[in-house]
Amino acid sequence: MEELKKAVEVEQQDFKRKQRSKRIKQVLTISSPVFMLLIWEILSQTAIIDPRFFPPPTTIIETLISMSASGELFEHVKVSLTRILFGFLMGVIPAITLGLIMGMYSSIRHFFSPLIMALMPIPTLAMLPIILIIFGIGEFSKMVTIAASVFFPVVINTVAGVMNIDKVYSDVAKNYGANPKDFFMKIALPGAMPVMMEGIQMGQAIALLTIVAAEMIGANSGIGYVIWMNYKAFLISEMFVGLILISFFGYLFSLLLRGLQSKLIPWK
Amino acid sequence: MTLQYEKKIQVDHLTKVFLKNRERVMALEDINFSIRDGEFVCILGPSGCGKTTLLRILAGLEKPSSGDYNIEVNGSERPLQSMVFQEQGVIPWMTVEENVALGLRMRHAPKKLIKERTNLYLEKVGLTKYKNLFPKELSGGMKQRVSIARAFANDPEILLMDEPFAALDEQNKFILQEELLSIWEETKKTVIFITHSIDEAILLSDRIFLMTSQPGTIKEEVKIDLPRPRQMTQVRSDPNTADVFLKIWNHLQDEVQESRNQS
Ligand SMILES: Nc1ncnc2c1ncn2[C@@H]1O[C@H](COP(=O)(O)OP(=O)(O)OP(=O)(O)O)[C@@H](O)[C@H]1O
Ligand SMILES: [Mg+2]
Repeated sequence: MEELKKAVEVEQQDFKRKQRSKRIKQVLTISSPVFMLLIWEILSQTAIIDPRFFPPPTTIIETLISMSASGELFEHVKVSLTRILFGFLMGVIPAITLGLIMGMYSSIRHFFSPLIMALMPIPTLAMLPIILIIFGIGEFSKMVTIAASVFFPVVINTVAGVMNIDKVYSDVAKNYGANPKDFFMKIALPGAMPVMMEGIQMGQAIALLTIVAAEMIGANSGIGYVIWMNYKAFLISEMFVGLILISFFGYLFSLLLRGLQSKLIPWK
Repeated sequence: MTLQYEKKIQVDHLTKVFLKNRERVMALEDINFSIRDGEFVCILGPSGCGKTTLLRILAGLEKPSSGDYNIEVNGSERPLQSMVFQEQGVIPWMTVEENVALGLRMRHAPKKLIKERTNLYLEKVGLTKYKNLFPKELSGGMKQRVSIARAFANDPEILLMDEPFAALDEQNKFILQEELLSIWEETKKTVIFITHSIDEAILLSDRIFLMTSQPGTIKEEVKIDLPRPRQMTQVRSDPNTADVFLKIWNHLQDEVQESRNQS
């Protein structure tokens, strides 16, 4: 009895210690950006760094609030997010489909691989002129730009994910009478999911990079446009608002994807 | 009642050659046997003698180089065979229940039947409590149970089991062996079972096929006439089994020695 009590006590102590260290880690995670903003604020207020180029965070936040009030900023954000969402889906869905088929059938894999390897190194932004020629200057061409940049990491990771599936699982599926459709949905897709999701994470980061750059070059709306126009007008706080929005959405998307990942891969 | 038994599996002159970087491996040579309906046959032989290859051919996962085989169908909509793999092959992204239901789901059996059959075999192997878990949360013995339940739930014409208990500790092995025997006695399935354990073969089999290695052939078969239902303690204490054990043991000893000398 005594022994048991002691054992439980030890475990409880251990649990408490772990909780404490977890909390410390959480504080550390938040503290680094806060610390940076604080230093920035001080340096800028005291004019050690030039406040014309690096306005203090408080000023930027004030600008953010006044820009939001007019409703125009919201329009730009909406435009960018729409482009990202549809462009992302336009890239990811074909990439997953092609990736799974390439992973499952080696002849198709051998046919498409060289094509993908040859196209992948070309930065999507370098293809922007061609995309503009083919699809015009409308919304669709921006979505195509994003789709193209998302497509490659996802397709490559999906193929790798399928190839990674242990052969015994495909033998089991065959032995238990899986038809091609069942094999696709119940073996290839879930089996490839972990590696595929890493590709999608990568794709999401690239999508954000691409949209901002594309909007800076050839658009008259969106967050990238906000940054570029305000820079040209020397409205530096307004420009910083654009940067902060991008950082915010980038972080938000990767959190969402990570949440989705643990939903989709509960078996890991 | 006719005295003539019903033949379930017939194998004629089965040969399998693997080509590995221009080298030929004679995995199986001129395998012949027939197994009657409801019989439990164990295959014993040294490592690498082609046991898995033989099962994979019967499972339709590998083509024979020459010769052929036939599995008798009793007219129903049953699948021909189900295999319990040496590496288990419990699918990590399916729950225990989904794994057991695999064959039925792939055949798109009626939902009610799937539920019934799955629950029955989960119960039989004692995994009902764990049916919603993923395999990562199971012990090795529990995973092995999943793959056995999966094969039985599929209700095939014949069962092919490739060293299903090899990775288990003795206690778990005993329990599962007896579970297997009781399920087999209820279902009257035809079973081909590969093992490295002579005790296990004697406990389970009606007949034991002894294989030689490189090329893999069936050298001898041993009939086991012990009354059923059997129990390990009872099999162990039977005086006849000692002779059988020794005979098989000597055979395997010779074979292992032989294959050592070859390489
Ligand atoms: N796909 C393959 N390609 C080439 N050679 C193979 C292949 N599969 C099996 N072999 C060879 O065939 C022989 C028999 O292999 P098999 O797996 O059937 O042996 P086994 O009797 O099951 O052995 P163990 O008891 O170790 O499981 C071995 O020499 C093996 O190297
Ligand atoms: Mg084997």
